[in-house]
Amino acid sequence: MAKGFDIRRQTGFATIAMACFVILYLPIVLLVVYSFNAGTSVAIWEGFSWRWYVSAWDNDQVQAATVRSLVIAFWATLIATTCAVLAALATTRQGSFRGYTLIFAMINQPLMVPEIVTAVALLIFFAMIKVATGYTGLFYLIIAHSAFCLPFAYMPIRARLQGMDLSLEHAAMDLYGTPWRVFRRVTLPQLWPGILAGAMLAFVISLDDVVITEFVKSAGQDTLPTYMLGQLRRVVTPEVNAISTALLAISVVMVMGFFFLSRTKK
Amino acid sequence: MIEIANVSKIFTGRGAPFTALDDVSVTIRENEFFTLLGPSGCGKTTLLRVIAGFIDPTHGAVKLEGQDLVKLPPYRRPVNTVFQSYALFPHMTVAQNIAFGLEMLDKPSAEIKATVDQMLELVRMTPMADRKTSEISGGQQQRVALARALAPRPKVLLLDEPLSALDFKLRKDMQLELKRLQSETGITFVFVTHDQEEALTMSDRIAVMNAGDIRQIGGPRDIYDHPAERFVADFIGDTNFLEVELLATEGETARIRLPSGVETEVRAPRDGVAPGPVTLAVRPEHASLSGGDGAALPGTLANVVYFGTDTHFHVDLDGGARFVLRQQNQPGTAQGWSVGDAVTVTLAPGVGQVLRD
Repeated sequence: MAKGFDIRRQTGFATIAMACFVILYLPIVLLVVYSFNAGTSVAIWEGFSWRWYVSAWDNDQVQAATVRSLVIAFWATLIATTCAVLAALATTRQGSFRGYTLIFAMINQPLMVPEIVTAVALLIFFAMIKVATGYTGLFYLIIAHSAFCLPFAYMPIRARLQGMDLSLEHAAMDLYGTPWRVFRRVTLPQLWPGILAGAMLAFVISLDDVVITEFVKSAGQDTLPTYMLGQLRRVVTPEVNAISTALLAISVVMVMGFFFLSRTKK
Repeated sequence: MIEIANVSKIFTGRGAPFTALDDVSVTIRENEFFTLLGPSGCGKTTLLRVIAGFIDPTHGAVKLEGQDLVKLPPYRRPVNTVFQSYALFPHMTVAQNIAFGLEMLDKPSAEIKATVDQMLELVRMTPMADRKTSEISGGQQQRVALARALAPRPKVLLLDEPLSALDFKLRKDMQLELKRLQSETGITFVFVTHDQEEALTMSDRIAVMNAGDIRQIGGPRDIYDHPAERFVADFIGDTNFLEVELLATEGETARIRLPSGVETEVRAPRDGVAPGPVTLAVRPEHASLSGGDGAALPGTLANVVYFGTDTHFHVDLDGGARFVLRQQNQPGTAQGWSVGDAVTVTLAPGVGQVLRD
């Protein structure tokens, strides 16, 4: 590849790349900058201040929404990651079986079906259950989030399993390890980085969701993103910027964690 | 004692079915260093995996001391494997790797500790006990893999081309080391290799395999000196093949007529071949250029190749066949023949093996 096609030498490559980065990140940079605005405008700079962070922190609704978001994300991550580990084991360790492609497509369905369709379907389905049982708790949101987080948790775990040397598991089995002990002593210790990476991705995806949450939530079940959406319909203050910046910080940390964990150690 | 009786393995995938093992039967004796030798794809690794339990045979039985193993999962078979890639657990230390099998057998921890120490000693890895497996060299990993497989004292140790990843010198050392371990532990070794030299130097008996079948079983000398058929003669060492006429056989002796019309006596195949045109195999070092007793094959010296320890003489026999001779070099003496000379290849009585093909 020494003298092959090099994209970096093509005319206009640098310009287009720079333009893409500016379009992607300039708004985010502005959002972060204005979260420190002393004034009430999201467009006019009036000096540096922490006031909107303080205001968001003291806001009972923001607090409640944050806790709710974290609770939902926690349980959804736990459920989705557990299911993803099982699904990944079944699709990488059983050899090929009839219906493999179908199963694979179904696991990844949330990535392919338009989110709005899933949202409406869940709204109608859960409405039926709500009518039948009368239960209106957070459970619906947790289940919905678990469902669409599954493929995000599944992908890195499956990649890790596929990259693992199968002969290690054979060796463990050869050395009198029953299937469960082989899994615990050999597969799982090596799978951990993949599991953690999948869980982090699922957590971020759950924390960030608007569409499905908006459709599924009952009254008073705002998560942080749906709360912010609601705020935008009224007065927009830099408080929204402050919350966004905090979410951004969490996501960046998570994504960096994901990146480091999914790198294979050499 | 392992009895492999009529084992077949037919892989059915999306393509045409592939017969990896075709009705293989062999008995491996107690305390034996038994080698499965053959080119890649001959079924030797498949047979090893059938014994280990990673592959279910399509037909046949594998019995260890009378007990049928086929129904048992790998973790219930008293056999251990040294894998080609070693397959050491990267998240454990050397000592933890060696202890793994014993832990899975729920041995008391004092016994595990004692056995691990003993195994470390056996493979001379005691100073490395607490290293991670990624921190030791390839040769050391090889020793750890051996110790790990030997620690539970299996009835049979299966070795899947364990030396192929090592460099030449290390491989030589490990060949001797393996032989020593086998005699010290008294465990039956089943060793898979495609390297004929490895097979000849280490084995008590060798099974030469080709296309899913065992072609010949015997001791190294037997296999080398008396190959039963063309494949075996060709795969192990270098061989000259001469088209000759078989006149009669009597016991182990066969009377043949060489293309030059000379009649001589050579070794007959064990399972009897009808008189008529047959192939005679002659090892390059078994024939002589210096005359003496025996059948003479006149020809012209076409090439002389010097190899340090010996010299190869390529002779174009009258009648067209090419014959290669090998003579050991003696200090200070030249061979005395040059290209183009008329020479005579002499087969002493009893040199040469009639093949059964």
